[in-house]
Amino acid sequence: MIFPDTVIDVDRLTKTYRVADKDPGLVGTFKHFLARKTCDICAVKEVSFSIKAGEMVGFLGANGAGKTTTLKMLCGLICPTSGYVKVAGFSPKSRQSEFLRQITLVMGQKQQLIWDLPPLDSLKLNAAVYGIGPRESRYRINELADMLEIGEELTRPVRKLSLGQRMKAELLASLLHRPSVLFLDEPTLGLDVNAQAKVRAFLSEYNRRTGATVLLTSHYMADITVLCPRVLLIDQGKIFHDGQLDALVESLSPNRQVRLELNQDVSPEAFEAYGELKDCENRVVRLLIPRHQLTEAVTKLLANFDVIDLEVNDQPIDELIGTIFRAGKVK
Amino acid sequence: MKLAGLSYQVARSLLSTQYAYMLEYRAEIALWALSGLLPFIMLSLWSNTQAGLDLGFKGFELSRYFLSAFLVRQFSVVWVVYAFEEDALLGRLSPYLLQPLHPLWRYAASHLAEQATRFPFALCIAGIFFVINPGAFWLPSLWILLLTWLATLMSFTISFLLQSLIAALCFWNEKASALERLLFVPYLFLSGLLAPISSFPPEVRKWSSLTPFPYLIDFPARVLSGLNVDVLGGFCIQILWICILLPLVIVLWRLGVRKYTAMGA
Repeated sequence: MIFPDTVIDVDRLTKTYRVADKDPGLVGTFKHFLARKTCDICAVKEVSFSIKAGEMVGFLGANGAGKTTTLKMLCGLICPTSGYVKVAGFSPKSRQSEFLRQITLVMGQKQQLIWDLPPLDSLKLNAAVYGIGPRESRYRINELADMLEIGEELTRPVRKLSLGQRMKAELLASLLHRPSVLFLDEPTLGLDVNAQAKVRAFLSEYNRRTGATVLLTSHYMADITVLCPRVLLIDQGKIFHDGQLDALVESLSPNRQVRLELNQDVSPEAFEAYGELKDCENRVVRLLIPRHQLTEAVTKLLANFDVIDLEVNDQPIDELIGTIFRAGKVK
Repeated sequence: MKLAGLSYQVARSLLSTQYAYMLEYRAEIALWALSGLLPFIMLSLWSNTQAGLDLGFKGFELSRYFLSAFLVRQFSVVWVVYAFEEDALLGRLSPYLLQPLHPLWRYAASHLAEQATRFPFALCIAGIFFVINPGAFWLPSLWILLLTWLATLMSFTISFLLQSLIAALCFWNEKASALERLLFVPYLFLSGLLAPISSFPPEVRKWSSLTPFPYLIDFPARVLSGLNVDVLGGFCIQILWICILLPLVIVLWRLGVRKYTAMGA
């Protein structure tokens, strides 16, 4: 279904690369030289989804799953082999000027800033390229710099900046023209925990202020859980889950684990009414309780038993996602 | 008004940014300027023979020709294919392709900024040449300087378009610079860098005039050194080559971008 405010609309998008297929060793090298063999690799297979204006969507997948190839097709860097794609009403592969003014692509492992000059030089150039006047560009640079908590770093050569400072400057450069669609490919890659948190907070604030649509890939689950209520899961070029992150977690792990440390000996049968008993040894009990019964069950446990300590655990989300990728499907 | 994303403001900003960037590498650029001394080496070889006189070069005309060839080369040297190849291979081209400005403008600005950085070094080398060879000193008129600047700019444009054409092949073959190396041989011999075109046998002169090479060094160098040259004819042929190469670059670029795989990015 196409929503009236759909910003990204993708239907059966496919990308196939032709790559050299060479056997290893000297014999393989000669054979390849005399009769070059190639094979087609389908990086993205008939992917379909749509994203509404202002949505922040996480794009998850293992290395080589097809995330970056999809992002490159969406921003017009590479042409799809087949399928339909519209972003902000434009066909990305035409790379019309009006389209390019509405999007940005941030790649965590790549940079657009000029290495030997301060970021401010690259920012001024970007402002000119996007037709932003000097006064307006100063205003926008100050505004974004405040949000990113970056200041004097803008006048130091890029090569002298730390990875976190550089990433902030990259984000500033990528967002100076106020794009309405952001493609973020691992924007927190290699950053320390504090820097990651700052970048996340900035992206969230940018989305709140501008209503920009964001499609984000990341290997850090915290990026996804903090920023993206909706996730797309891709594996071997195919999307196998498109939905709310909470619902995904709920479906993957419907129970929570409750660990009780008791001040008395109690028979294991006494806990069967509260949930699935996993373990009961040395006055330590482990129970799996359905999420929707958790509050009620914990209240009763505390009322009916002499509890010294109580812990409620969730299976870490990256473990859950890892489980899905290993299985290649959502149950 | 914008031409493939280029406006006056963008051009000014590109040039000032690239000039700042090139100044960071001024020492390297000075060495590049020094590496262009080939015309002086050729002059020393020619000076020890009677060939110059036999070919009708009187007095210091040959010295002035080679100095002019050196200066024209300094301001028409092009390396876009190497920069482009590296950018395409390392994925640096991707952000350029996602901005509303044709990436070739960036490379053109880099070249012009590099020429501006070279300018004082080239003048110093010319000054040293006159100290060593004071008899060769001459001061061209403002009109001749203007014509030389125009001819050199056209020479640079032809070279830039020729290399851009080869660079666009990087979309199909990552090592397109090999083709540029192949073209360097006829460039070296037919451009007038090693010897004035007038010194070549009539048959070679005739065939070379069908290529763009004599209009890259020989023509502007003859204009600057005050030698006999068909100025109007030379400019017409330079414009003709630009008119041939420009549409080819545009078409090949458009076709090539569709093949771009954004590797490394």
